[in-house]
Amino acid sequence: MSLLRYAVFRLALAVPTLLILLTVVFFVLRVIPGNPIVAMVGMKAPPEYVEQLIREAGLDKPLHEQYLEYLVHVFTGNLGKSLIFGKRDVSLEIMDRLPATVELALAAFLVSIALGHLFGFMAARYGGKIDLTARVYAMVTYVLFIPFIGLALQLVFSVWLGIFPVAGRITPGLEPPRVTGLYLVDSLLAGRLDSFVDALWHLALPSFTLGLVLSGVFVRLIRNNMVKTLGEDFVYAYRAIGFPERRVLWKAYRVAIVPTVTMMGLQLALLLQGAVLTETTFSWPGLGTLLLERIQYLDYPTVQGAVVVFVLIVVFMNVAVDIINALLDPRVRRGL
Amino acid sequence: MMLKIGAALVLSVVLLSALAPLIAPYDPTKRAGDPLAPPSVAHFFGTDNLGRDVFSRVLYGGQVIIGISLLATLMSAAVGFTLGMFSGYVGGKLDKALSMAMDSMYAFPSLILAIAIASVLGPSPLNAAAAIGVVYVPTYFRMARNETMVVKSSLFIEAAVALGMPRRRILFRHILPNLVPSLVVVATINIADAALTESALAFFGYTVTPPTPDWGLDLSSARSYIVNGSWWLLTPGGFVVITALGFSMLGEGLGEKLGKKEV
Repeated sequence: MSLLRYAVFRLALAVPTLLILLTVVFFVLRVIPGNPIVAMVGMKAPPEYVEQLIREAGLDKPLHEQYLEYLVHVFTGNLGKSLIFGKRDVSLEIMDRLPATVELALAAFLVSIALGHLFGFMAARYGGKIDLTARVYAMVTYVLFIPFIGLALQLVFSVWLGIFPVAGRITPGLEPPRVTGLYLVDSLLAGRLDSFVDALWHLALPSFTLGLVLSGVFVRLIRNNMVKTLGEDFVYAYRAIGFPERRVLWKAYRVAIVPTVTMMGLQLALLLQGAVLTETTFSWPGLGTLLLERIQYLDYPTVQGAVVVFVLIVVFMNVAVDIINALLDPRVRRGL
Repeated sequence: MMLKIGAALVLSVVLLSALAPLIAPYDPTKRAGDPLAPPSVAHFFGTDNLGRDVFSRVLYGGQVIIGISLLATLMSAAVGFTLGMFSGYVGGKLDKALSMAMDSMYAFPSLILAIAIASVLGPSPLNAAAAIGVVYVPTYFRMARNETMVVKSSLFIEAAVALGMPRRRILFRHILPNLVPSLVVVATINIADAALTESALAFFGYTVTPPTPDWGLDLSSARSYIVNGSWWLLTPGGFVVITALGFSMLGEGLGEKLGKKEV
């Protein structure tokens, strides 16, 4: 099967997953409680006002019509209007916040890959005590409760040592002109070195926190795959021929890394939920903080929109990971 | 080794919180000294911004997190395991549909789903347990389904079917016992995840309402006092980590002992 055909098939397979998750979200946010609008404006609001809001949100219609309307809206990119702050489009509110989450998640992912390689590789190569240390490291980092380790790092590096800023994404006034919304990219595009350094300084602790907590999973993945590969015949053959150890390791690494790509896709859920916690801990203005803020303001369309965007990210990233995997390993394409 | 350390950690956390009424030197919800006093002989972990004893709050807070996590684990295990066993045994279209639904949910960040459910249900320990219980159903479903598929093809099941044994009896008397070791391992490790999710929900204010102590909630109150209350900031969160570490080590240790490598 060609890569393109594989990609098309894989995308088609994502449709049921997408529908299932969107249905779960609909069910959770609309079917469980009596009436989100009443919950939102409180019992004391005048009944006419409540009815008007209910009609505006389309909640007076029968459930199956609401469901269809909701699906149509999601697929046409219409996420409704916020109930507060000038009733802006929810999609605009989300676009304001999404880049911050993406920037944090990408940076954290890089940190965890780096730490995962370092410890995973060492553990596989040297074994023994180093292997045990790596195992303990993987276990402990996985259970580090993000607000705890985040606040502890804040305490040490921001409050006591004063190296990094306590919270936020950038010093107000230094924001680069928006192109991608990623401050690191935008500041480089605008040639603003001061903004770049400032954004990087703000990003350091949050991305290290999230990356550290995720890295345990990668340590295990890389260690296990390397150990397995190092035991294979071709490695034995390379060694017998007399290849230098560095080259043998490099050859083995290139084989071992392929299966880890699929597994990395599975860590996406961990990365996203970790991002929500990291954002709250560091007052990072991303999608996670948006979700939690708006739950408090009972801004129900924005809450639903934010959760739907998380669904879209999960589904499409999983497709992307599988396609990358098919690119790296042609056998995957045949398996479909 | 892993098993012993895990068991020791779990046992001490469970004992400390279960015996809180006997051990705690002060009432966790009442003022017991000067506000934000650093650790001393009178207050092992210092006091919080309202002068309450942090040590006493940590002990009582353990009851909340362990209670909610255990309840949530029981709920998701009961639903997910039964459903998975049934689905794996029956097979066919129903199994395909259920597996697809469960796999989709499994790919979604459980905490975000739990936040959505908890926010709709409102803050209470039972609601938090329900929210956590729902999001971990797929974990048990996958394990039970896959293992049932393996056991199903054994000769003794074939014999039971040939003897005309009713399906319920085959499922619960002949298949279930084979799945128990995996269930124990998965559930123990899952308590660690449930405890972390509980702490996150508590941190966002979805479990108990103040002044009831809960580690996640106390950590979020302490963040405003990061400059002059570092002891208060570090203790409740530290106990979350110790508890989760204990359960995951215990689970992995059990897994090694029972020959079930990471299910």
